[in-house]
Amino acid sequence: MAIPKIVGIETEFGIMVRGTLDWNPVSASSLLINAYVGTEVGSVDDRATPIAWDFIDEMPGADARDIMPPEFALPPEVETHLVNAVLTNGARYYVDHAHPELSTPECRDALSVVLYDRAAELILVESMRAADEALPPGQEIVIYKDNSDRKGNAYGCHENYLLDRNLPFGQIITAATTHFVTRQIFTGSGKVGTELPGRTRSEIPYQITQRAEHFEEEVGLETTLKRPIVNTRDEPHADSQKYRRLHVIVGDANMSQVATFLKVGTSAILFAMLEDGALTMLPLDDPVPAMHQVSHDLSLSEPLRMADGTTMTALEVQWNLLEQAKAWADSHGLDAVGESCGKLVLERWEEILSGLESDPMSLAGQVDWIAKKRILEGFMARHDCGWDDSRLGALDLQYHDLRPAKSLAAKAGLETLVDDEDAEIAIEEPPQDTRAYFRGKCLQKFADQVVAANWDSIVFDVGDDPLRRVPMLEPGRGTVEYVGSLLEESETVSELLEKLGA
Amino acid sequence: MADREQVRKDAPRRQEQEEVAEEAPASSEQGEALKAELDDLLDEIDEVLETNAEDFVKSYIQKGGQ
Repeated sequence: MAIPKIVGIETEFGIMVRGTLDWNPVSASSLLINAYVGTEVGSVDDRATPIAWDFIDEMPGADARDIMPPEFALPPEVETHLVNAVLTNGARYYVDHAHPELSTPECRDALSVVLYDRAAELILVESMRAADEALPPGQEIVIYKDNSDRKGNAYGCHENYLLDRNLPFGQIITAATTHFVTRQIFTGSGKVGTELPGRTRSEIPYQITQRAEHFEEEVGLETTLKRPIVNTRDEPHADSQKYRRLHVIVGDANMSQVATFLKVGTSAILFAMLEDGALTMLPLDDPVPAMHQVSHDLSLSEPLRMADGTTMTALEVQWNLLEQAKAWADSHGLDAVGESCGKLVLERWEEILSGLESDPMSLAGQVDWIAKKRILEGFMARHDCGWDDSRLGALDLQYHDLRPAKSLAAKAGLETLVDDEDAEIAIEEPPQDTRAYFRGKCLQKFADQVVAANWDSIVFDVGDDPLRRVPMLEPGRGTVEYVGSLLEESETVSELLEKLGA
Repeated sequence: MADREQVRKDAPRRQEQEEVAEEAPASSEQGEALKAELDDLLDEIDEVLETNAEDFVKSYIQKGGQ
């Protein structure tokens, strides 16, 4: 039986300092995050506490294929010396690879992910404001929610799904690869030009995704070089006997909430179907070229070669997966992905595929690459220019600018699924239905005694005794249901630990 | 392959497409509204677009990440 699809996303943001040529991205990212976590600390409603991240369980070099990484594939480094904060909503906010990065708390369904992703955007907006107060006059930090500088350098928006450890990894690879290649038609954020060596903008003026061209392998451990479509990092941040965390690195960061919702929602459904043995695979013949092909095919009509020798378009593959998902929902129910959320995913999935098939431009309020294309084509018609005009590159970047007054995405009339008032609350409040609740509430209530925290434990200082580590190996526990009253009744950490039996 | 064909034919979008086609006269009005909306958006974009586009695009250099 499928297990609850607990999910979270981690976004690396693009960063620039305007008004000076003398800046570096690591210091700017540190300043940005420190400015945010330094605001109002110590006040009753502090939104963030500078609690250190605890690196004790980090093993990003572990490989799901159970093999030692070859010599040339060095495991990713853990950068323990850079800014790393845990927020009261259960999120992690830190500097990674010269980018500010924010990981949402663990969420129980795709709609909750959309809420915490919107909260993350608002956190970055507030960070920019706070950082500007610390910068010399005339300087400004600007954050972009995109995935590439259009010059060959990419950074990620990763999704993480909780899977049953018993599911054979080979099955995950086949199912995930086909979905990741074909879902691009509604998850892509759009990009002007190409970053493939030897290709030019006159050949590829515009494409569906930012990330596709940065993928060179089918399966592997890497995340920064020779990126694979399926990443094998085996670091569950949970009970490793029971769970796997599938670390998905192929996605674009989305400005459209509907796109984020479907990116996460459709993937969660397919992984749940796989656990139920209810998914008929549609393996692709050659996934890496297919991934590039789908991103370059604005007509959505080019056939992809399947492993059985037949051909299907990306849209046809998605129709097939949707029909299978609907049959699965009828036979197994939608508990694993959240009943009402799952229903909404199926409805919106169908609506989006219908729109892509009949009139893609009708989805300019839902799909980022289409919203951006509408702006670019409108601009070209108005100013009588072509794809080579440098203003198109500026429009492409500015679509992702997170400053509310400058962001083109904010002006594009994108449909929203969550209210900003709720997202404002989610900046400080954790989700109630995952272990993020326990992490966030402990930070709110006992900030002074939390020494460090990470995804699966919290370390408390209770005075004279040695430090006490509370493990949280079950992502579905530590919820308001499990520990709500316990947390409320505990006046001190010692009381809390006693009640937990820790 | 037979299964796949069947799924395609059963998919409900066929019907919807036909309905859209029948509503064609109404959609020209809708088209005007969409055009006006895009014009407003482009007006707004002309106001906020980075002034020196070429320098801006050139200076947007990021370190590779994950």
